[in-house]
This record gives sequence, structure tokens and C-alpha cells, in this order.
Amino acid sequence: MTMSTQRLRFTAFSRLLHWTMAAMVLTMLCIGVAMVASLANYHALVSIHRPLGIAILILVVVRFVNRLLNPPPPPPATMSRAERLAATASEFTMYGLMFALPLVGWGMLSAAHYPIVLYGSLHLPAILPHNAALHAALRKGHTILAYFLFMMFIAHFGAILFHTLIVRDGFFNRMAPWTLRSRRAAGDRG
Amino acid sequence: MSNDPVAAGAGRRSFGQDGTLPRFALIGVALAAVAATFAYFGGWFTPNALTPTRFTDGFEHVNGVHSGFRRNHAKGVGVSGFFESNGNGVRLSKALVFRPGRVPVIGRVSLGGGQPFAADTPAAVRGLGLQFSLPDGQLWRTAMIHLPVFPFSTPEAFYEQMFASQPDASTGTPDPAKMAAFLARHPETVRALAVIKGQPVSSGFNNSTFHGLNAFRFISSAGDSIPVRWLLTPMQPFEAASASAAHDKNYLFDSLIAQIHRQPLRWRLIVIVGRPGDPTHDATIAWPEEREHVDVGTLTLDRVESDDTSAATDLNFDPLVLPAGIAPSDDPLLSARSAVYSQSFTRRAGETKLPSAITPLAVRKGQ
Repeated sequence: MTMSTQRLRFTAFSRLLHWTMAAMVLTMLCIGVAMVASLANYHALVSIHRPLGIAILILVVVRFVNRLLNPPPPPPATMSRAERLAATASEFTMYGLMFALPLVGWGMLSAAHYPIVLYGSLHLPAILPHNAALHAALRKGHTILAYFLFMMFIAHFGAILFHTLIVRDGFFNRMAPWTLRSRRAAGDRG
Repeated sequence: MSNDPVAAGAGRRSFGQDGTLPRFALIGVALAAVAATFAYFGGWFTPNALTPTRFTDGFEHVNGVHSGFRRNHAKGVGVSGFFESNGNGVRLSKALVFRPGRVPVIGRVSLGGGQPFAADTPAAVRGLGLQFSLPDGQLWRTAMIHLPVFPFSTPEAFYEQMFASQPDASTGTPDPAKMAAFLARHPETVRALAVIKGQPVSSGFNNSTFHGLNAFRFISSAGDSIPVRWLLTPMQPFEAASASAAHDKNYLFDSLIAQIHRQPLRWRLIVIVGRPGDPTHDATIAWPEEREHVDVGTLTLDRVESDDTSAATDLNFDPLVLPAGIAPSDDPLLSARSAVYSQSFTRRAGETKLPSAITPLAVRKGQ
């Protein structure tokens, strides 16, 4: 891989993490909002919600370390300093939320003395003492953070669409899951 | 379209140029579609569906909000003791609780209904919530009542009945026309109530039989799954409730406290083994009498405590807190109970708990 190509795109591992987690987080947000509104599917959805949340918690740590080891390619020249700053800030806010949400979820189950069942007899230890008031506060926090993450996703998705459809600076290609059709990428394969 | 950021970076595009407006519209549509999908899953488009929130609001509407109390089974006391397994359940379920030996149990004895200061009556629904703490940290919770079958087969019917049986503001008693209309729509409730009326009512909590009501599934270590129900049969002798005697407001709880202080109370845990074809989705229907009953061990309750001090107060006896080896059946009440209990628990957990009807003093006086 040539230096110039490397600088234009995220590494394959970074892109794999991004798209895997994007699917997981969107699924998670939909499950979360659906399960609290459902009598019939509550239990089935909660049973997915818990292990999926822990998987996201693990992956976001991997992703954060990977982010520090593999800095992203430079942003397109179309972006002003302020825009770059906003992009970086929103990126780290999303890492923070993806880390905090499962942790708050784990904590709120611990404070309610609910078992933190992943699958079958596999369960996690409590990370907080049994305290009902703490449970109530964390439960509220879990919802607020989840809506915040959803808003961040909408903003992120909107920004990508804006760059792709309006500015048309090829910003999306940095993270595109598929191989670039540009000559540089074609040459890279050769 | 160029993929080369250098070319694109030569200068910012003018947003007013041809084709930009439809592109902005496209972005708007895409974002709205994402938000709508999220809203769809959240039930925003089905505002009349019965949700855990609406269900819990229903309890509060009928009973009022009693700060810190359970929305149902509001009146109660904490109990604790242990379960001694005799090993008979091992062939049915791989759950560790059925291996021979003792596991600690914490529980709560309660009256049905959302009134924390309701008077004890022979007709009131008696509840027993239990948590078995398994050696490896797994938990088994079950919330049982003394009725042999549950009067409702769906959460919707339960909710509907809650309003139909609500005392009328002007008369102070339920409107018989509303209840009659409900029963006309729910023959399964009529049948269940007949079964319930056919069972003699005992004098107290100590000699009540408690039923798990919903069907569950036991998973054996070989991986076989069988439908089961469970009940606790008292080892204290049956004594019929006296309908005539004037009862003190807390007579059921006061006698329970005195009895536990005298000697531990015991129940046998009986597992009813279902056959393929036995209905598991309908808590209003009892299984045939001849189904195998397996005595899997003895529950001993030797401590009683006020709700004000008991650790059971801050537990949600969610019937779907199950160890490996016990699984939910297809009964729609189970997921609904889990959802509504959770909603009720979170609400009361955030409130200041007021003193209970059965105070720590009343529990001490019973000694």
C-alpha cells in the first residue's frame, strides 16, 4: 500500500470496526426504544440488549485504542478549522457515549440487584452496590444518554450526506466499506 | 464526481448551483426516514397500544400513587430462610437450585392490589415473592399467589379488568354493569373464577398454597425441554378461613409474624410436569390432576421483617429472573409481567418510601 493511499482512507481494521459497530449501535438503539414500549417482546429484546451492550463496550475500547494507534486520514481541504474541530469533538463524544451507555446499563442493573445475564449461566458481576435510588438515577441517565447518542448519529449521518451530496468532496470514501474505484486504489491492487 | 479531495478542495462549491436544492431535500428525507424508523420501534405510531408505561399508569390511576410502594402487591412484609433441595428435580432441570443441598432465600409476603394500607380480608389475593440465591451467583425469582389459576390469560384482559372493577367515584363500589360486560367478553375469566371459588380459602398465609401460575420450561442437562408449573404446598395444617369473625386490619400479617416467631414455616416445592399438548400459554387453565407432581424440596421461612427494613423491599420479584435450566414458556403474561414489574420498580426506586402498614415495631411486638 502506498503512503498516499494510506492517508486517504481509514485502515481496513478501522473501517471494519466502524461498520460493525454502526450496525450494532443502530440495532441497539432500536431494541432499546422498542423493548421499553413492548409487553410481548420485552423479555426477548432485553435478552439481546444485555449481551449486545457488553459487546459494544468491549469493541469501543478496542476501537479507541485503535484510533490512538491509527490516526484518521486527513480531512478534505473543504473543511474549515472549526468544522474539523467539530468533527473530532463529535467523534470523541460518540466514543464516550458508546462507552458510557453500556457501563451505565451494567451499573443500573447492579444497583437494582438484577442478575447481569449474558447467556445461560454466563453472567457478569455487579459493579455497584444494591441501591434503589442509584438504580432510578442511572435508569434515567441511560435513557438520556441513549437519546443523546441517537441525536449524535443523526448529526453524523447528516454531515456525511452533506459532504457527499452537497460539498461532494469524497469525504465518505475515507470510511467506505468497499474498495475505491479510483485509479490510485486500482493501482494499489496491482 | 471526483474522489480526489485535492480537486474538490480547490474551492468551496456554491450551494446555490443547479441540483443542490433537490440534494438538500434528499438529505432531509433520509434523516426523517431514520428518525421515523426509530420512532416506529418506539411505538410513536401506535399510541393506543398497551405498553409497560401505560400499564403502570393504569395501576396508579386506579390506586393512586403511594410514594415508594410497589404499584401492585403494595402491602407486605419481608421474609427469609432457605430452600433445601432433595435432588428429585435434578432429572427435570439442570438448574443448580435442584441439586441436593441448601440455598438461601429472601422473599416477600404480600396482599394483591396497589393499596399499601388496605385492610386484610379473607378474600384478598395473597402473594409470595421469592429469590433463591444459587451457589454460583445465579438468581431464581418467582412471584406466586394463592389462587389455583390466574383469572386472566392476556395482559390486555388484566388491564381491562383493572378499570372494570375500579370502585365508582359516586357509589364507592365497582359498577356491576362494567364487570358483567368484561366477563361477557372473557369466558376464560368466568371459567377461572369458578375454579378459584371451588378452592377453600385457608385461615392465613402460613397454610396457603402458593401457585407459580404461569407455565415455564425446565431444561435438563441432556438438553430436553419440558413444560412445568410449580406450587408451594404448606406443611402447616389447613384451617378454613372464618368469614364471620371480625378481623383486625392487619390480622393476616400479625398472625404470620407471630407464627414465624414461634417456629419456622415450611412449604414443599412441587413441580407439576406437563405433557406435550398441555396449554402453556394460558394461565387461566389448570393442567389435568393426573399430571406427575414431583416434590423437589422444602422451603423454610424463619425470619420476618417490616418492608421498612427488609432487603426484599428493594427487590423486583420479576418472574423472568431465571437460572440456566429454567426458561420462559410461550405464556404472554410472562414477558408482560417482567416489563411492568420493571417499570413499577424503577418508578418506586426513585421515590421516597413512606412507612409501611406493618412497621418494624409491629414485627417486634409479634415476638
